[in-house]
Amino acid sequence: MITLLKNLLSEMIWLERQRFFLDFTLSSLWRRKGRNLSLLVVYSLVTFLLSSVIFFTHALRKEAVIILKDGPEMIVQRTVGGRHSLIPVSYIEKIKLIRGVSSVNPRLWGYYFHPASRTNYTIMVPENFSQPDDTVETGAGVLRTWGPLTDGKLYIRAHDGEAIVLKPINTMGEGTDLVSSDLILMSETIFRKISGVPAGYATDLSVTIRNQRESATISTKITRDLPDTRPILKEDIIRTYSSLFDWRGGYVIVLLCGTVLAFFIFAWDRATGLSAEEKKEIGILKGIGWDTSDVLMMKFWEGVVISVSAFLLGVITAYIHIYVTSATLFQHALKGWSTLYPNFSLSPAIDPYQLAILFFLTVVPYTLLTIVPTWTVAVSDPDQVMRH
Amino acid sequence: MLLNPAIIALNSGSLLVTAFAFYALYTALRILTHWNIQSGSELQLLLEKKTYLISTVFSYVLGFELFSLVLFIFTAEHMHDLFVGAMCAAGSLNANDYGYVALVVKIITFMICGVWMIVNHTDNQAHDYPLIRPKYKLLILLTVMIALDTILQIKYFMGLRTDVITSCCGIIFSGESQSLTGSAASLPTTATMLVFYAALLLTLRVGFSVVITGRGAALYGLLAGATTIISLAAVISFISVYYYQLPTHHCPFCILQKDYSYIGYPLYLSLLLAGTTGMGTGVVESLKGPKSLAKVIPILRKRFCLISLAGFLIFALIASYPILFTDFVLNS
Amino acid sequence: MIQLSAITKSFHTGKTNEFHALKGINLEVSLGEVIVFVGPSGSGKTTLLSIIGCMSRPTSGRIWISGQEITSLPERFAARIRRETFGFIFQNYNLIKGISVLENTMLPAYPLGGKYRLTKERAITLLDKLGIGSKIQEHVEYLSGGEQQRVAIARALINAPSIIIADEPTAHLDTRLAGQLLEIFSGFRKEGKTILIASHDALVFESAVVDRVIAMRDGSVVK
Ligand SMILES: Nc1ncnc2c1ncn2[C@@H]1O[C@H](COP(=O)(O)OP(=O)(O)OP(=O)(O)O)[C@@H](O)[C@H]1O
Ligand SMILES: [Mg+2]
Repeated sequence: MITLLKNLLSEMIWLERQRFFLDFTLSSLWRRKGRNLSLLVVYSLVTFLLSSVIFFTHALRKEAVIILKDGPEMIVQRTVGGRHSLIPVSYIEKIKLIRGVSSVNPRLWGYYFHPASRTNYTIMVPENFSQPDDTVETGAGVLRTWGPLTDGKLYIRAHDGEAIVLKPINTMGEGTDLVSSDLILMSETIFRKISGVPAGYATDLSVTIRNQRESATISTKITRDLPDTRPILKEDIIRTYSSLFDWRGGYVIVLLCGTVLAFFIFAWDRATGLSAEEKKEIGILKGIGWDTSDVLMMKFWEGVVISVSAFLLGVITAYIHIYVTSATLFQHALKGWSTLYPNFSLSPAIDPYQLAILFFLTVVPYTLLTIVPTWTVAVSDPDQVMRH
Repeated sequence: MLLNPAIIALNSGSLLVTAFAFYALYTALRILTHWNIQSGSELQLLLEKKTYLISTVFSYVLGFELFSLVLFIFTAEHMHDLFVGAMCAAGSLNANDYGYVALVVKIITFMICGVWMIVNHTDNQAHDYPLIRPKYKLLILLTVMIALDTILQIKYFMGLRTDVITSCCGIIFSGESQSLTGSAASLPTTATMLVFYAALLLTLRVGFSVVITGRGAALYGLLAGATTIISLAAVISFISVYYYQLPTHHCPFCILQKDYSYIGYPLYLSLLLAGTTGMGTGVVESLKGPKSLAKVIPILRKRFCLISLAGFLIFALIASYPILFTDFVLNS
Repeated sequence: MIQLSAITKSFHTGKTNEFHALKGINLEVSLGEVIVFVGPSGSGKTTLLSIIGCMSRPTSGRIWISGQEITSLPERFAARIRRETFGFIFQNYNLIKGISVLENTMLPAYPLGGKYRLTKERAITLLDKLGIGSKIQEHVEYLSGGEQQRVAIARALINAPSIIIADEPTAHLDTRLAGQLLEIFSGFRKEGKTILIASHDALVFESAVVDRVIAMRDGSVVK
């Protein structure tokens, strides 16, 4: 019991010591504000850049996966000459005959180029469009970018040159902004008129399947029965998107390698090139009874303070950048979509995983690189102090 | 090959750490060839300074190994939707031959690193560096493990193809699988539970007698090692199942997910801590001999044994919680 | 008691500029003694004090402090002895600029990890006793030379050492301040502290406080 108390006491002394070192570290960082501030700024900037990339790709990936999750299990396209072509509605019956298929629906969608605003909009017929023929529902981005409306109506030129006037009656919510932003939903009749897709044809077919595990078998059966079609599985699309965003994130980080490397060289130089003042201070500390491990401990705290502040600063500013200001700095570079979405907003999605990656990319190398320079000053001879 | 930020972070971090480990090892071996504690020569003074460098490098390496273990599993978890058939880390790791090997080597490396730190700490308590030779020789093994870990990890990530079809926890950790993991899952529950609790109780019993009488530390080291392995088997066999409340789900990774409030992290960390310090207790005991250590060893033995016991207790609590407090009953 | 036996210290061993700063020093110092080392510049006074004070290790020879051999102790143990047994007063004060008098005084106590409050109280008592209690929050660079010297003395005393080592303590002081310093030293002597001083200053080695003067030349004791 007594030894247990003694153990406890020695732990308390250990804690108290850490407090002393931390205190001293803070005051000596404060004394060299200017010098440390520039390190902090550069360190935070690098963390900010890397965090922005990671948050952004992660958010896009997540968004894409969420959208795709609601989509059909399988889409069947027809190809002619290797290119996507209109699919005859008669194929539906043939696919329905395959065991395991629960339903098949035609999908009608396409693009409409609006010359006045020089933008492409997605036009689409939703499964049950209950509005009158001369009305449409639009995504949040449409009315913003369309330009002036005439009597609150959209003038659209159909594929044969005929002008069609449509009244936007409903704007879709901001929630799924990223995809729905450029959407114009309309009735089937109007869609066929605008796009020129003839009756009896659809853009593609969506297939629902009774048991997910059979999707691969069903897909082979479809290609066997209808050789000119190409079934696309939802999980394939998700996989492609996932790896695409992962890959993009990785690629950008490789591009940022130079910047990061420059930062590490800067930090290393900082750590090696201690000022004469600072070296003298460490000499004094050693002279009055600190030992190497005390100095190393103090330097450890210094690293912790700098890294934690830079990390927090970088991560928080990146968070604001991505989720509050919608990634203003590199929207176009990374998103790879049209310029249609000036203020789409991503739903905040930060998890410990991304923070762990960022920690690994910044704090770990920084800490490792400062080991040797720190050690070099820490082992300076205590008797040096008598020779100043 | 896949290129995502986590892979870049893990691989570059591991390469950097390996470089540091080799540099420290080189320094250590040079120290050994010129070491002469009796001398006050400038060379000897310099060598003694370098021992600080080595300790510092490896204490950071220990921290790194822990983080990289966590991030590695995190990454495997995150990548699962890139592979057909993968639902969690179990499937991603199975996507090529290196995944599981890399994971196991990582865990072993962490434990060796922990034990090395304990030996180093012991040596630092004496006035005459009594353990300098064994501890720096142990560094050879440690550095080789770190390098091996790096190579396997890089091979695993480089070898990933998104078009492979992998099997996930449902298959790898199922009773039907013929592999080692499968056999852990198909262990008869009641018997495994008995063995697990018996091993745990025995370890705790021996541990308490180490703390009180100071005897049996070597045995405790062995028991701690064995109990760690038995516990891992127990996690696959029934502990995880109680958390999932699904009689056929034996996955050791899914408990790391948010759905199970990340309970896997405290579970595994307490086990790692208990195993490492437990083996450390045995190792410290085996270092008995040098006169300068005679006073220190009993203190350290007790301290590490206490930490290890605390680790096993926490592990036991987390492991037993769902068994005791949920209605779910697993019959095999 | 401090015992030195055949202490040598060499620099640049094995190189062409090899230099022997101390050549076989034998010495015994009893508890409570006040000793002054005198000798021309370069004779090895500072080197000897730093070896006795566990700041550097001799190239050969052995040292005992109160019966404990300290010669080949690893640095962490030497540092422990250094901060618990010795208090150092340097020629240039060697205070850390930019932090307060109080913090400077407390610095040697940081690695001991005692209670912050107690350490602080001890420092304030010491500073009061030395007559600079009113300046504890001042930054040291604004103090006069004599005040800086007294902060340095307070710092040397914070861990209640039994041996005080002072290298050229009067080098930057005028006669009046040097006299005050010697008075402080005589106070230490009454408390039973051992004091080792290296000095050129006649005011010091002729002072009544001093028990013994040891002359050095070229790394050897001549008297
Ligand atoms: N680190 C070192 N490397 C090389 N030579 C050194 C070193 N330290 C001391 N010396 C040499 O050792 C000799 C003794 O130096 P020391 O400082 O002990 O003399 P001192 O008696 O204190 O002189 P002073 O009265 O000028 O202070 C000097 O010649 C000095 O050049
Ligand atoms: Mg001198």
